[in-house]
Amino acid sequence: MSPPAAPPPRFIVRHGPAWPVRLEHLGAPPAGVWLLGAGAPAVPSVAVVGSRRATIAGLDIARQLGAGLAGAGIQVVSGLARGIDAAAHRGCLDAGGSTVAVLGCGIDVCYPPEHAGLRAEIAQAGCVLTEEPPGMEPFKGNFPKRNRLIAALAHAVVVVEGTARSGGLSTARWAVDLGREVLAVPGSIRSPQSEGTNLLIRDGARPFLGLSDLFDAVPELGSPPAAVPADASAAGLSRPLAEILSAMGPQPVHPDDLAAGLGLTAPAMATRLTALELAGAILSLPGGLVARTFGRNE
Amino acid sequence: MKPAIRNAGYAFPQQRVTVNLAPAEVPKEGTGFDLAIAMAVLRVADASLRLDGMAFLGELALDATLRPVAGVLPMARCLAAAGIRTLVVPEENAAEAALVDGLSVLPAPCLQRCVEHLRGDARLVPAAPSRAPGEPDAPGCDFASIRGQARAKRALEIAAAGGHNILLTGPPGAGKTMLARAFPSLLPDLIGDQGLEVAAIYSLRGALRERPPISLRPPFRAPHHSISRAGLVGGGSGFALPGEISLAHRGVLFLDELCEFPRSHIEALRQPLEERAVTVVRSRAAVSYPADFVLVAAANPCPCGHLGDERGCSCEPRSLAAYRSRLSGPIKDRIDLVVSVPRQRYTEIFDERAEEASTAVRGRVEASRAVQARRGGALNAALLGRPTVAAAQLTVPARRLLARSGERLQLSARAFFRVLRVARTIADLGELDRVGEDELAEALQYRIELER
Repeated sequence: MSPPAAPPPRFIVRHGPAWPVRLEHLGAPPAGVWLLGAGAPAVPSVAVVGSRRATIAGLDIARQLGAGLAGAGIQVVSGLARGIDAAAHRGCLDAGGSTVAVLGCGIDVCYPPEHAGLRAEIAQAGCVLTEEPPGMEPFKGNFPKRNRLIAALAHAVVVVEGTARSGGLSTARWAVDLGREVLAVPGSIRSPQSEGTNLLIRDGARPFLGLSDLFDAVPELGSPPAAVPADASAAGLSRPLAEILSAMGPQPVHPDDLAAGLGLTAPAMATRLTALELAGAILSLPGGLVARTFGRNE
Repeated sequence: MKPAIRNAGYAFPQQRVTVNLAPAEVPKEGTGFDLAIAMAVLRVADASLRLDGMAFLGELALDATLRPVAGVLPMARCLAAAGIRTLVVPEENAAEAALVDGLSVLPAPCLQRCVEHLRGDARLVPAAPSRAPGEPDAPGCDFASIRGQARAKRALEIAAAGGHNILLTGPPGAGKTMLARAFPSLLPDLIGDQGLEVAAIYSLRGALRERPPISLRPPFRAPHHSISRAGLVGGGSGFALPGEISLAHRGVLFLDELCEFPRSHIEALRQPLEERAVTVVRSRAAVSYPADFVLVAAANPCPCGHLGDERGCSCEPRSLAAYRSRLSGPIKDRIDLVVSVPRQRYTEIFDERAEEASTAVRGRVEASRAVQARRGGALNAALLGRPTVAAAQLTVPARRLLARSGERLQLSARAFFRVLRVARTIADLGELDRVGEDELAEALQYRIELER
């Protein structure tokens, strides 16, 4: 059954009806924006941004954050890019929330192409927005401009992952200029994907260790939702399997290294890994590594 | 031939001589008939030469010395089957011809010695068939010399036991090639007529210099990815020669850097992987060569080679997808085991812990093969469809696990049967009658997933 046809994109002129008021906070607001979707930018909202080449852990954090915000009735703003952006949109949509995707290209241009489906879903449960004229291709120079819109629409920006030169950091800089709160997820100092976020923290951003940090920092978001257990993956597992999970850190690991640390033979390790995989507690990654999901199958 | 006969000091007959090579419609190629023709011509000149019941193979040089010829072993087998009891061959071909039972093989260095033998002046000495003791494998190709890699070694043990095709993935330099080259040391000796079969194929290719005819070790072939299609599967202009896949018959075909092989070459492997033989069609006849080998393939996980590595993958999503699609098709369907070979850790390289030697693993492989022979004769890798389920004899917990994994992991029907085949071999290695939960769980770890 095909979804009902979305209404055509409409042009919202500045100061006109339906103009997102928060865009006025910008020193140079756009003259208007193109908007596609059943919804519109709403309050309260939080931007979740980060690297296009994120780690598995980063994608999972972004997804959970999107879901958590949706659960608390907060709109998620992001850029429809590969990696962190897509994961945040996805997490929000899957939890039934509303999300806004701000583009660096025309409203009629689908970039990246593999997000066509995601884009359509976002249009149903929120909106897609851009200041670029129709037909504008996603040129590199458009994205810093676009990032200021993301920072403006949101009450706070959470940067999940990014290298020192990542676009997420540009969004963070805009947020600081606009007086928005910036939070960053800390990571290992060995991980290139956390280099940018760790720099932000060193230079004054709040560390994001969980949703409660966000609600503490940003009163406009209201009261935090009831605490959700951070890690449900070990629930109901046998002792040997739970021990294996604790031996695995958040980073992906090769079965041989895991087995050596636990003193297991290769066949014994393999048997247990299948059990954990079927329980949804771990994932098999390309290249043969395994990683914890911190989640479970029902 | 005339100059050779003259140089040997014999007179060429004065009459017109007609040489008839019958039957006429079979194409003949090569120089191996020189000696026989020369002997026949000499017989015309000298009726006292008794050639009955004898056969002659060999190329004649201008100075009448005998040069070796390819394909002597298969020809000798045919001659023996046709009732010939004595065969004269060039000295270099004597060892292979001597493998044929019931044939007296006379090595001769030149035309003159053949004539002298027939005249009774100086008899040729028959070649003695020799059975050499099992020769040691090449040094450095033992499991004991490879540090760590427990999972990959286990997967190779399973592949050796059941004859399963296996793919090793991993970053460059991780040791995939070393593991592949150690794999043959896990395989048992050839049995029965298999040694002769393999020697015959090598003889046809003129490749017996690479492999002594009496060898009972399974062959190991590792063609480079720049090889021609005909070189790989057989063919070539003129007489269709066996290709690498036939030289790997009863042994191992190792395709290193699988994704560098042209698509057409991989396509050409489809029939041999399916039917364990290859048919090369020529305008006048079709030639079939056996090609029953275990495929060991090695590939990088992605174009830059570092997917899953600490360094991280720097490939564009599009080129990653294109690379993945190269692994698909005829090869992917025939590979039962996939295992990743990680880069060696510093600590592993210098670890003092002793590694298991290949002979220990080979013992287990041989025991499991005996079980497979008792069960049905063929190796587990040859199980297809319903017989796989019957052979597996799943326990109740194993059935439950299979159902759960079907739901969670979205296995295709083919993938199911692959997992069962592998689980059956794991059970055989563990000396178990029935495939249980543990065996199935382990087998699931080696499956190929489309996304991987």
